[in-house]
Amino acid sequence: MLTARLINLHKHYDLGSFVVKALNGVSLDIPEGDFLAIMGSSGSGKSTLLNLLGGLDRPTSGQYILCGQDVAQMTDDELSAIRNSRIGFIFQSFNLIPQYTVVENIQVPFHYRPGYPPISPLDEARSIELAEQVGLGDRLDHRPFQLSGGQQQRVAIARALVNDPAIIMADEPTGNLDSQTSIEIMRILKKLNAEGRTIIMVTHEDEIAEQAKRQIHMKDGLIAGEGIFRG
Amino acid sequence: MGRYLRTVSLAMKSLMLHKLRSGLTMLGIVFGVFSVIAMLAIGEGASNQAQQQVLELGATNIIVVSKKPAEDAPAAGSSGAFILRYGLTRQDYRILSKTLKNRIGGIVPMREIVLDVRHIDRNLSARIVACTPDYMEMNHLKLSTGRFLSDKDIRDRSNVVVLGSETAERLFPTENPIGSTIQVQSRAYRVIGIMQNRTASAAVGGSLTAQDFNKDVYMPLDTFQARLNTGDYIVKRTSGSFSAESVIYNQITLRVLDRNDVIPISESVRETLELTHGAKNDFDVVVPLELLKQADQLRNIFNIVLGSIAGISLLVGGIGIMNIMLATVTERTREIGIRRALGARRWDIIEQFITETVVLSSTGGLIGVLLGLFTPTAFGLIKFVVTTYVMDSGTTSSEMGRMFIGMTPQIAWWSLPIAFGFSVVTGLFFGVYPARAAARLDPIEALRQV
Repeated sequence: MLTARLINLHKHYDLGSFVVKALNGVSLDIPEGDFLAIMGSSGSGKSTLLNLLGGLDRPTSGQYILCGQDVAQMTDDELSAIRNSRIGFIFQSFNLIPQYTVVENIQVPFHYRPGYPPISPLDEARSIELAEQVGLGDRLDHRPFQLSGGQQQRVAIARALVNDPAIIMADEPTGNLDSQTSIEIMRILKKLNAEGRTIIMVTHEDEIAEQAKRQIHMKDGLIAGEGIFRG
Repeated sequence: MGRYLRTVSLAMKSLMLHKLRSGLTMLGIVFGVFSVIAMLAIGEGASNQAQQQVLELGATNIIVVSKKPAEDAPAAGSSGAFILRYGLTRQDYRILSKTLKNRIGGIVPMREIVLDVRHIDRNLSARIVACTPDYMEMNHLKLSTGRFLSDKDIRDRSNVVVLGSETAERLFPTENPIGSTIQVQSRAYRVIGIMQNRTASAAVGGSLTAQDFNKDVYMPLDTFQARLNTGDYIVKRTSGSFSAESVIYNQITLRVLDRNDVIPISESVRETLELTHGAKNDFDVVVPLELLKQADQLRNIFNIVLGSIAGISLLVGGIGIMNIMLATVTERTREIGIRRALGARRWDIIEQFITETVVLSSTGGLIGVLLGLFTPTAFGLIKFVVTTYVMDSGTTSSEMGRMFIGMTPQIAWWSLPIAFGFSVVTGLFFGVYPARAAARLDPIEALRQV
């Protein structure tokens, strides 16, 4: 069962005087339950690929089929709905909303559900349960500035899970964390993957990438190879 | 519904993050709304004052006044016995009372002249008003003690007078005037009543001069005609020169039964009198109801002018909000990116920022309305300061000064929801641009912002 399939995906940026070809025909299958690490130097196209996979951007050409739907040609609003229900985001710099508490941050995706259903007691229970799962059950009313980096990233993970998405996109999730905290975060991600969630992670650290099931290397807008290349 | 409540409470959360900034931004709207309400209250107060004055003349009254015709005025320098004949006559009175008998509730002729009145050694220049008993009611005067003139006084040509409150006070500072006598041009008259104090009416439209009823002396019309107006003229001696006037009535006041009849009757009065007076142009018809309509128009003009001036400050407040919201959008680019990544549509972002602006402006509007309620208090304070420290006796007695002192701002209740509504609209209007700017941000770019 495939979660996502990319067919000959191109992404060109027209800068007027010249065209930047960020992706030059990427094809990739991501089965359900995969844990994929995307690696590559800066400018290799890995960020562009992640943006496309995350539904933040549309390809110039090609197909991106996510859970049976072709996302590539969707409107902005449709893409927003896809991001809200199918994709959970984890960012390098956590990206919590500063004026909200831990619980409120976890609940942000609830505000943008299609049809705007009210936040039910069940939703409340779910957001608290998720906070407990990532070890922040005693910090529900703290604000981001009162938390350490690792704690903030755990709030972000809880937030990414709250709408029960098919894929979790993690953009350098450990990039701003020390090694001890990074291990904790990776442990959580691996646990989520073991529970059956598909995870796509961008990283440039080998030892982080190693913990994924599969690694792909990007170069010049193409997939250069799979697996771990040491040295 | 619940969803909008949620949006509003989230907006409040964002605004509370920068309490000082939000508060200062709100101030612009607070003062804008406050000044709209205050300006309209002052306009309302001024026009109410004018309306009150007109109402005192009687909204159902038609006042016909004698007017000195300009071309008949004695040439400058000419002295000697020059008798000036003009104005309303007994015939006019008879015609008017006969033709309009069924449509009017009363008709009062009146003759007035300023003469010296005396009690023993006290001397005073007073307005002698020769009239019939209906005069009191028609002019909304109230008796303090004694009685007013009666029909019997008219018939008998009794030598009686009723004094205005100030006249009574000045002529009889210590004793009870009732039963005493006063002298007017060497004849004595018994005082039978005193009027209540009554604020002076302002001059109206050039035809009616300002009337200070407190300095009046009321006398039966027929007594006046028999004793003072013998030969239908009066000789006035003033410091060396003298002049004579022949005026039968200075004023005939008609009270109309039906308010809707006032204007048509006033027109027929004018036409009737024009038949006998021809081109002499020696009378004028004053219709307080018409003046009331003018006062209404004046109020509208006041409201529009003052309201627009105040509206400018509301506009400035709105621009202040827009300025801050634009800064906020720039500052919160990253937040916008996060929300977009988590599934917010462009419209959700627009809604969020407009809500924040509207919450800000309507809170300001609410505070402004509350402040506006204190307009009369604030104005009273200003009035106190101005009258104590700025005005001297000259400015106090001037027309402007009297108007200022006599005025109390009156909150126009309709202005409260309107001013508040404008604050909301201002928020909406000035919130749209920043909100659109926020929604247009590319989520990828927005997330890249540090």
